[in-house]
Amino acid sequence: MSDPDIPRPIFVGRRTYRRRRMADAAALLPVLGTLLLLMPLLWAGGQDGARTSDVMIYLFCVWGGLGVLSGVVSRYLRPEPSEDSPEVSPADATLVLRAAEHDGVTGPE
Amino acid sequence: MLNLLVAVCLTYVVFLFVVAFAADRAARRGRGAWLRSPLIYTLSLSIYCTAWTFYGAVGFAARSGLEYLTIYLGPTLVMIGWWWTLRKMVRIGRSQRITSIADMISSRYGKSNTLAVCVTLLAVIGTTPYIALQLQSVTLSFAAFSSEDRLTGAGNLQLTALYVALGLTAFTILFGTRNLDANERHHGVVIAIALEAVVKLFALLAVGIYVVWGLGDGLTHMIERIDASKLAEFEVSGSRWVGLTMLSAAAFLCLPRMFQVLVVENQDEGHLRTAAWAFPLYVMLISLFVVPIAVAGLDLLPSGANPDLFVLNLPLMAGQEGLAILSFLGGFSSATSMVIVTAIAMSTMVSNHIVMPIWLKVTGGTAVMSGDMRNVALLARRMSIGGVILLGYLYFRLSGAGTALAAIGLVSFAGVAQFLPALMGGLFWRGATRLGAMAGLGVGFALWLYTLFLPSFGAGVILPVDVMENGFLGLSWLRPQALFGADGMDPLVHAVMWSILLNTAAFCAVSIITFPKPVERLQGAQFVNVFEHSRTAGSWSGGLAQSEDLLIMAQRIMGSDEAQTLFAQAARAQGLSGYLPEPSPDFLEALERKLSGSVGAATAHAMISQIVGRATVSVEDLLAVADETAQIMEYSNQLEAKSAEQARTARQLREANEKMTQLSVQKDGFLSQVSHELRTPMTSIRAFSEILRDHDGLRPGDQQKYATIIHDESLRLTRLLDDLLDLSVLENGQVELNVQHGTLAETLDRAVAAAGGAPGPLRITRDRAAENVALRTDVHRLAQVFINLIANARKYCDAADPALEIRVVLQGRDVIVDFVDNGSGIALADHALIFEKFSRLGETKAGGAGLGLAICREIIQRLGGSISYLPGQGGAAFRVQLPHAM
Repeated sequence: MSDPDIPRPIFVGRRTYRRRRMADAAALLPVLGTLLLLMPLLWAGGQDGARTSDVMIYLFCVWGGLGVLSGVVSRYLRPEPSEDSPEVSPADATLVLRAAEHDGVTGPE
Repeated sequence: MLNLLVAVCLTYVVFLFVVAFAADRAARRGRGAWLRSPLIYTLSLSIYCTAWTFYGAVGFAARSGLEYLTIYLGPTLVMIGWWWTLRKMVRIGRSQRITSIADMISSRYGKSNTLAVCVTLLAVIGTTPYIALQLQSVTLSFAAFSSEDRLTGAGNLQLTALYVALGLTAFTILFGTRNLDANERHHGVVIAIALEAVVKLFALLAVGIYVVWGLGDGLTHMIERIDASKLAEFEVSGSRWVGLTMLSAAAFLCLPRMFQVLVVENQDEGHLRTAAWAFPLYVMLISLFVVPIAVAGLDLLPSGANPDLFVLNLPLMAGQEGLAILSFLGGFSSATSMVIVTAIAMSTMVSNHIVMPIWLKVTGGTAVMSGDMRNVALLARRMSIGGVILLGYLYFRLSGAGTALAAIGLVSFAGVAQFLPALMGGLFWRGATRLGAMAGLGVGFALWLYTLFLPSFGAGVILPVDVMENGFLGLSWLRPQALFGADGMDPLVHAVMWSILLNTAAFCAVSIITFPKPVERLQGAQFVNVFEHSRTAGSWSGGLAQSEDLLIMAQRIMGSDEAQTLFAQAARAQGLSGYLPEPSPDFLEALERKLSGSVGAATAHAMISQIVGRATVSVEDLLAVADETAQIMEYSNQLEAKSAEQARTARQLREANEKMTQLSVQKDGFLSQVSHELRTPMTSIRAFSEILRDHDGLRPGDQQKYATIIHDESLRLTRLLDDLLDLSVLENGQVELNVQHGTLAETLDRAVAAAGGAPGPLRITRDRAAENVALRTDVHRLAQVFINLIANARKYCDAADPALEIRVVLQGRDVIVDFVDNGSGIALADHALIFEKFSRLGETKAGGAGLGLAICREIIQRLGGSISYLPGQGGAAFRVQLPHAM
């Protein structure tokens, strides 16, 4: 990854940027979910406990919310062959080849 | 009432069969794109919700309040976190053609069959109680409908379980073993499961809505009732809340049936994006009305009633029989779909990793034998399905239907969760080794058996009371439910904590101190970095002579048609003609993948290495592992691919050039052959006609003799010229075809009769039934080809008891006629030559100018078909392929 010979784009297009951040969000979602689902334990440990009906309503709201959120995030994660993706695109390959030619590694000038 | 129930149940089952059958047919005809939709995928995941959910969740809630939710919250977290794990599992599953969880783990750790056998055995032990649970729930729900004991559900309807088990076995065998390749989707099964998913959701929602709005006065009233019931306080222990959520999340990934629908039956990685939100919502809806139903049951039903059957008994008590039957169908659906998928998943594991290796070993262990292995594999899979369900039934009979549903389910979960460290370690840690995985699995399972499974039968049943109270050998720190002095913990959390903890510890420790074999390291890199490079490493290297053996082996596993197509495609991709590609590393890899879809990675690997020899791990492969910069590898791989392509083009050019040279040589040869062939009869005609002209005093007998010779020789000349003319007319495309209707049988009859005149004891085997094919073609020309092929077999077959078999197969719009004799066949080097003009192999003991096959080829090409030499049939074999109608 750190090899200087390989141009890895530092700045990417808006859509790719959005997609990558959404991938981060998708990775964070279960963490958020875990924290939210642990909340009722705090209430149960409180002074006068917690009522089942309250916890139930809370949990189902969190559940539905997580489902909706997951749906929104997943919509952005459609695989798309973008031009500045980190995968090797033909354009990148030519760049490398050209750079190599320039250095006199392959082929005559 | 019971009779009505049985009738409804049977109707429902028949309906499921019909739907499955229709879906299978639609898929086979290429219709039904909706069968592959993400929605169907999501619905098929709902087999997570078994009868344990349908009946057991309410029982669970009635006993311990909201704790039941943990069982569904765990999978929800896994599903919304699909980007972490599921995406990777599905990608690996597709790129390595994984057939089961045992295959996945064995594949990751160097395709080790020992590991696969371990995982399979553990999975059998872990899932058998779960299948028993499903049978028990169906039996209980039947009992609830019979008048006596209806509230406790203790009626004796053991026979029901037997019938259900038999029906499930039949369904699974019918729709689950249609094809051998486990990666091919079982459309019939999947659609039936999706349908059952809808039925169970609908049924549970219907009962819930009835309880809230029918028996009660709406939501606010329901909440008041909950607050007034004994479930009002939220009293959940933190350790159980966290422990059960983690346990269910782990089980969601590790249960063989979940792995089957999540990974093996997955057709498109994109489906996960839909399942990521749809599945959490599905389980949310399933568990929405559980607490209201439990509270209503506790309120309205007598105190002795079995809470596991509230879902059925509430509508029954209120006289809502329609709703009760719907609810019964929901439970029935949950139970059956779980058993079907589990049986498919387990049978794949048992047959691929236990039965097939044993069978291969017992029958001599060589992959190159006669006989169709496909039937053996399919039979093994069918027997395993029966075996798995039978085990579940036996467990049900022996355990006595006593234990609460939730308890068995959780014991099962904890069992399969032991796969988690090996599975996750394999996906994310390249340092994980085979021995580490085995150590972890061994430790985890031993602890699970000792602390949870055996005690679950009750003290004194399997584990003596003494051991339960005072520990093994009287050592108090070895008490099964208070290991290492962890006293006073919840037994389940205790068992899960120790088993997973020590499992992981053993896995990590042994992985760190052992050294993996090269194949393990390669597979490790493949799995962990699946998104960077998706090529398999570990190259095979072999010689051309092995291609035929490979073809023979592949035919036995995949069936001859599919194997021949695969080989022919590979040969064409390499720029070669015929059925034998060069065994290049790429081809061998592709073949191994293809085979592992049918028999599992370990067996496929073993079979290919029997023929080709050991897989060589090349320096480049090792570099790919050693070198952390996968990007560089990608570049050089691409360059390599390009240069490989150039090499291939060069080889094609060379081949073309060789062919040109050969043709030129052949042309010269052709001219000299023709002059030679023409000259020999000419010489004798001239000589004898000179004698006739110059000698007056010849006796009439001699005259007669010389005239006959002249006549015979000129006949031979004419025949040769006819053949040459025929060939040149055919080659120039000037021939006029006389297209007629006829049947293949008639044409073959004529050919056999015409070629049968010559002496020789050639036995001809034919399949009259298959030959009854209507043709619209030039039947005379076709007969000419057949005559030639039969005559060739007669002339050249060198077996002591020569026999010729004529096989007819229909393939789409084409008819395939194979002529296979039992002689020694034709050497590989000559395959390309035999269709050339004047090519006679070896000594010309039988007369003929060597034009026959060349003419055959031209004729068949004019008729729109092809003729080729078919290797790997145990003798000389020619395949004629031609369309039904021109």
